[in-house]
Amino acid sequence: MGKIKVVHYVNQFFAGIGGEEKADIKPEVREEVLGPGLALKAGLGDDVEIVATVICGDTYFGNNMEEATGELLDIIKKYEPDLFIAGPAFNAGRYGTACGAITEAVQNELGIPALTAMYEENPGVDLYRKSVYIVATKDSAAGMRDAVKKMAPLALKLYRGEEIGSPEEEGYLERGIRKNFFTDKRGSERAVDMLLKKLAGEDYVTEFPMPDFDRVDPNPAVKDITKATVAIVTSGGAVPKGNPDHIESSSAQRYGKYSLEGIYDFTPENGETAHGGYDPVYANEDLDRVLPVDVMRDLEKEGKIGKLHEYWYATVGNGTSVASSMKFGEAIGKDLAAAGVDAVILTST
Amino acid sequence: MVKEIERAGIPVVHMCTVVPISLTVGANRIVPTIAIPHPLGDPKLDADEEKTLRRKLVEKALDALQTEVSGQTVFE
Repeated sequence: MGKIKVVHYVNQFFAGIGGEEKADIKPEVREEVLGPGLALKAGLGDDVEIVATVICGDTYFGNNMEEATGELLDIIKKYEPDLFIAGPAFNAGRYGTACGAITEAVQNELGIPALTAMYEENPGVDLYRKSVYIVATKDSAAGMRDAVKKMAPLALKLYRGEEIGSPEEEGYLERGIRKNFFTDKRGSERAVDMLLKKLAGEDYVTEFPMPDFDRVDPNPAVKDITKATVAIVTSGGAVPKGNPDHIESSSAQRYGKYSLEGIYDFTPENGETAHGGYDPVYANEDLDRVLPVDVMRDLEKEGKIGKLHEYWYATVGNGTSVASSMKFGEAIGKDLAAAGVDAVILTST
Repeated sequence: MVKEIERAGIPVVHMCTVVPISLTVGANRIVPTIAIPHPLGDPKLDADEEKTLRRKLVEKALDALQTEVSGQTVFE
């Protein structure tokens, strides 16, 4: 019997092609084992062969999701793999989104067992957790060994069509799937047990977690924008030249509030981006590409908007935790409301 | 951040390139932009053309802010 054929997907960084400056490379294939593929290969054992590694730049994928997915599928198809593995993407947002998208496409369109892996706060998780198996990893490549240890056995189970256990048993992120099983205790008894534990302040595990839809209803539209004060906010790291608050290039711990007084246009002299994880050249050349101060000033002068709010707010969205982002957003929102701002344009990279 | 600003009672429009992420996060008014490293510009264009492009996108965002929505809406 031949070996189990695996095609592996990685981004430009894990393929060893380059960092951000190479993030716009188009899909390509190498008939070799690259980067994390080496650890995966060892984990999967001797019956498995990684026949090809497909690669795509994160920015290219993010900017052209449909085309990139199509191109990658065409390449992957040619190798007739028995199994497809993407990542692990850890907490890299664009990479995680790409891994989820391509894993879903391989599974659904090619009918090949597929899985990926990433950190639970990666935006790829919420996008794809319901459609594919995503192994939970740590938030950085330091968690590679641990990731592979969980990915390899689950991948082989998927290939063999074996029954997949619960998320806790197998190490993947919960998919929102309910499964029936027999248990010794009937429902009423279990419910009373849970209630007693709850009353006693002890830990208990619910059998039906409520979905966590944290949605905010849209506010009413602005009645007359020509009289409105409009503020600009960004997660794209747009800061005054020199990054005075030292906002971190990833996993930001703070946001900045900066005066727009006297700024009518961003230039390489008065603004830059603090954001890691994307090529900063374009933003550093002209920060209006991230935060459109030049256009807002024109619109203000022409009376198309009432006023541009006198401060802008910025943080770096790269790998920044949901908890931090909520904290920043809450503080910024309060500040803007207190200043009487009527509307906000928030830009993201 | 978009959601928290909305929660503070101020209408907010999210201008971003990867729309699926914005939808997942829970933005209500979304305007798709050009590319991740330069959402509101395109270095391939002349400076004038680029600013015109940026202005169009910002005007679309202002339109979005003036449009009543009942749920998540992408302004293509």
